[in-house]
Amino acid sequence: MWVLDKLQAIGKSSLGIFERFGRATIFLFHVLSGIGSLITRPQLLVCQLFFVGVLSLLIILISGLFVGMVLALQGYYILSHFGAEQTLGVMVAASLVRELGPVVSALLFSGRAGSALTAEIGLMRATEQLSGIEMMAVNPIHRIIAPRFWAGVISMPLLASLFSSLGVLGGYFVGVLLLGVDDGAFWSQMQSKLDFYDDVLNGVIKSIIFGFAVTWIAIFEGYDAIPTSEGVSRATTRTVVYSAFAILGLDFVLTALMFGN
Amino acid sequence: MTGESTDDIVVKIRNLTFSRGNRKIFDGVDIDIQRGKVTAIMGPSGTGKTTLLKIIGGQLKPEMGEILVDGHNVHKIKQKDLYELRKRMGMLFQSGALLTDLNVFDNVAFPLREHTPLSESMIRSLVLLKLEAVGLRAARDLMPSELSGGMARRVAMARAITLDPMMIMYDEPFTGQDPISMGVLVQLIRKLSDALGLTSIVVSHDVAETCEIADYLYIIADGKVIQHGSPDYLYKEGNPWVEQFLRGLPDGPVRFHFPGVGYEEDLFAGALDPTDIDK
Repeated sequence: MWVLDKLQAIGKSSLGIFERFGRATIFLFHVLSGIGSLITRPQLLVCQLFFVGVLSLLIILISGLFVGMVLALQGYYILSHFGAEQTLGVMVAASLVRELGPVVSALLFSGRAGSALTAEIGLMRATEQLSGIEMMAVNPIHRIIAPRFWAGVISMPLLASLFSSLGVLGGYFVGVLLLGVDDGAFWSQMQSKLDFYDDVLNGVIKSIIFGFAVTWIAIFEGYDAIPTSEGVSRATTRTVVYSAFAILGLDFVLTALMFGN
Repeated sequence: MTGESTDDIVVKIRNLTFSRGNRKIFDGVDIDIQRGKVTAIMGPSGTGKTTLLKIIGGQLKPEMGEILVDGHNVHKIKQKDLYELRKRMGMLFQSGALLTDLNVFDNVAFPLREHTPLSESMIRSLVLLKLEAVGLRAARDLMPSELSGGMARRVAMARAITLDPMMIMYDEPFTGQDPISMGVLVQLIRKLSDALGLTSIVVSHDVAETCEIADYLYIIADGKVIQHGSPDYLYKEGNPWVEQFLRGLPDGPVRFHFPGVGYEEDLFAGALDPTDIDK
């Protein structure tokens, strides 16, 4: 009896997960169908690009700088054992554009912008603003949700690129200016060993996919939140947790597809 | 009431059935809302008054029944047509539902900017006209967070009439208002209805204020329409349930005590067993 109850509970929660994923997919189709309104009114998107992208710049830039500095510091001590400190630039840049740039910036993005999107949409639902918009004969998914979604998808690769760029500069500062790695070797090794398509473009593709996943999770959690303060709080937490799972899981799959033999 | 000609009825609800989980909210409800009149729908908290407005507005779908708004079956028409119909239906939410990132002016201008190709100067004139009607023209630059509850509802009212709708639905417009704000709202609902020829549906449990402005009342409870008629008729009619509700009597057909086992039985259920004392 106890076993049956447990099995029933597991089955019920599994069905619940599939049902929720189905709703999220239908919701995504509605959001994607709202792209027409953004073409006719691009100012809605520009406004959200500011809130989602520009306001995330500070945390992304500072984090990128420090991650690059730490990478250079750690890399220098290991590479110097083999007399290969001149390849520090390649190590820092490859680590950043292939992995750390897209992954860390997406994790930061989910914490900064993703949680804010969920809370904003959840509160709009709790305070009946979305219902109000609907009763004014305006589709809230097209008017409110779609601009936020596309702003997230567009912002993410730009933020990840800036994260990597600042990281490389941080690596240069520590490696060349503080630890004495040759300036020319730092840049020329990076230039010759990194491939634009294999390394840089794959990193950008990763960040676009992460941006899509994180923003989808954030807007759905906000829209699906129970319209109470506790419900919004839980939805915000779920956004950050699910986003982290999605980013790390997708990263493994994408890395295997892009860089695996 | 139901004998009126069909043309005079803006909203016709027939055999409405709606449940939330296992709880039946409406069970075969019939309601007619007459054109140009203020119709109040009253009942205790939790009887589904707000749900009824959402069903009329097409935001919720009933299990059974038919809701005709100006001749259109709200739940059978295409989404595009439903949105067109909503342009002619204003709704005032209990919270006001103002967009918190827009100021008063932009909130009222929102429907105009979304649905009309009017120039900004024309929109400005129209918005000021609507704000003047609710006495808040000078408050146009304030943000929703700077408004009192009563002011927020008046702004929401101005927004609801921006597109000159044929009807407005008011969800608990008087809840939580001080006497002055309440008086203002009561007068505004009546004046707007008379001046613009609007059909108004007021959902409320504030008896005195609602009876003051309503031409017709529906009282709902336990998923059914208990009684309907003009306020005078209902006061005189003597239905014990209506009497209790309208006069606010603490006990009557609606019991003061939450249903459960008898008091005596409940008390003795937890009493000490005499044999326990010896131990």
